[in-house]
Amino acid sequence: MFEATALNARNRRVQWLFAALFGLMTVILIVPVVLILGVLVAKGGPAISWDFLFTMPRSGMTQGGILPALIGTIWLVVVALIASVPIGVAAAIYLSEYAPDNWLTRGINLAIINLAGVPSIVHALFGVGAFVIFAGFGASILAASLTLAVMTLPVVIVATRESLQAVPMAFREACWNMGATRWQTIRIVVLPNSVSGILTGVILEVSRTAGETAPIMFTGAAMFLPFLPQGVLDETMALSMHLFVISNQIPGISEEFKYGTALVLISLVLLMNAISISFRTYLRGRKKW
Amino acid sequence: MPDSRGQGAVTSSSDLDYRGRDWYVDKAVSVLVFVGGISAIVLILGIFVFITREGVGFVFGPMEVWEFFTSPFWRPTSLSEPTYGILALMAGTASVTGLAMLIAVPFSLGAAIFIGEFATGRMRESLKVLVEMLAAIPSVVWGFIGLTIMNPLIIETFDVPIGLGVLNSGIILGLMAAPIMTTIAEDALKAVPDAYREAAEAMGATKWQVIFKVVLPAAKNGLMAAVLLGVGRGFGETMAVLMASGHSINLPTSVFDSVRALTATIAAELGEAPVGSEHYRALFTIGIFLFGITFIINLAADIFVRSGDKR
Repeated sequence: MFEATALNARNRRVQWLFAALFGLMTVILIVPVVLILGVLVAKGGPAISWDFLFTMPRSGMTQGGILPALIGTIWLVVVALIASVPIGVAAAIYLSEYAPDNWLTRGINLAIINLAGVPSIVHALFGVGAFVIFAGFGASILAASLTLAVMTLPVVIVATRESLQAVPMAFREACWNMGATRWQTIRIVVLPNSVSGILTGVILEVSRTAGETAPIMFTGAAMFLPFLPQGVLDETMALSMHLFVISNQIPGISEEFKYGTALVLISLVLLMNAISISFRTYLRGRKKW
Repeated sequence: MPDSRGQGAVTSSSDLDYRGRDWYVDKAVSVLVFVGGISAIVLILGIFVFITREGVGFVFGPMEVWEFFTSPFWRPTSLSEPTYGILALMAGTASVTGLAMLIAVPFSLGAAIFIGEFATGRMRESLKVLVEMLAAIPSVVWGFIGLTIMNPLIIETFDVPIGLGVLNSGIILGLMAAPIMTTIAEDALKAVPDAYREAAEAMGATKWQVIFKVVLPAAKNGLMAAVLLGVGRGFGETMAVLMASGHSINLPTSVFDSVRALTATIAAELGEAPVGSEHYRALFTIGIFLFGITFIINLAADIFVRSGDKR
């Protein structure tokens, strides 16, 4: 009854051809990266050991481990989160719960987009001008972390705003009708229903912060330090900076060491990212409304 | 009936004014979140003010603005006569970003169409997650890949003496920008209402006819924004370009030439330039230029997205 005419058959062939073409483009985009990651694992894997992860570097970083870089990255990430999460969450609450649709809100949105889009090295210049010199923190964990916090603020704002807006309006209205103030509604109804979404954003921010190099190069990350940082006004080594230094600045570092460092950094970043993504998928699947 | 936030708004009589602790807490919080809300604007202005503050002496100082942009000679450390011309650096950035976009734009639009229009169910979800993960690879790792994996590969394949240059950093940057462009482009395709597709299908259009005649034209603003944001990303990338481009000052004539980008120049030299020196100010001036260009790119992308929304 409905037999394919010659034209239909042709159309179907063309369609199959297009699907194959676009599919191939997708594959070409993904495969090299997966291969590269495979090389990183194959060449860096043997370097990973207890000593590599948890001892100090020795003999001009050609021997020993990456402990100070690992600890330094943790310092930088934690201080950056302390600075950016409260501000980011406040900004998201304002945008989601308070902001009227006016020029100021449009300005804020544009500023967020730009904050995310400004080159990382420009953030570094800002960090040098504002935190290292003007605020007088010098090259320190504090200055580097604040620079990272400014840079990753959009990540927290966007993720938090999204999860706040996912809470149905009826929940808020029900609460207002009980006589609750706007803040009581946010505290009792909106935030508890979106806290896991906010957490997803925070984990994503950890992943971004840990991988950045340019913003910390001149604001607090050192090429080499023989000791661990004692406080926020100390300089520190960092994993990303360490990878840059041993692969680009210092000759005579063994291949294994470089690949090992790259593998640790990328594992850390991708692990955080994977946790964030699977957490988000889980939450979407579980949503009650 | 008193309204929910400020019962006192109903009357000014103190008998009926039951503004309590809750009312004040509510007011305080609304001020606090407002401060948080405008923080993004304050920070963007702060970035502009601080980099201008450090760079401003240079703009009206030792050389003509015109010369700054048109001289190919960047010799900040010359003892006899230091010159600060960023033409070669701009050529470096443009050639690398250009090649990267040549690679990334077709492939990421193709991938976005495949993921958004052809792939279904589990395959679609896993592809999206995979693309998202690729976007998270740190730029210093990309630089490392350019230096240790791509470099020998290019030397071997094309029989050239050095594998660091436009080709290497262009490919690296293309691979870096593609996942982000794919994600944004896929969002733009998803924003086209299904009713459009159904209407076209009901007219007897095949899938590819629907895509080319209906979906792509309807999504073109969003796709344009995706491309622009990809350009912005490539333009502003620092570490990968610093490590994979060879970092020597050149007006490139072939893809194997080593070049130096604007961003990489700041990253390589800021540490050695004494605070407040001419060289230091020149680097901040490049920063102002980068800030300005990315601002324009982001603004343009935003306008494209906005004009798409009106539909």
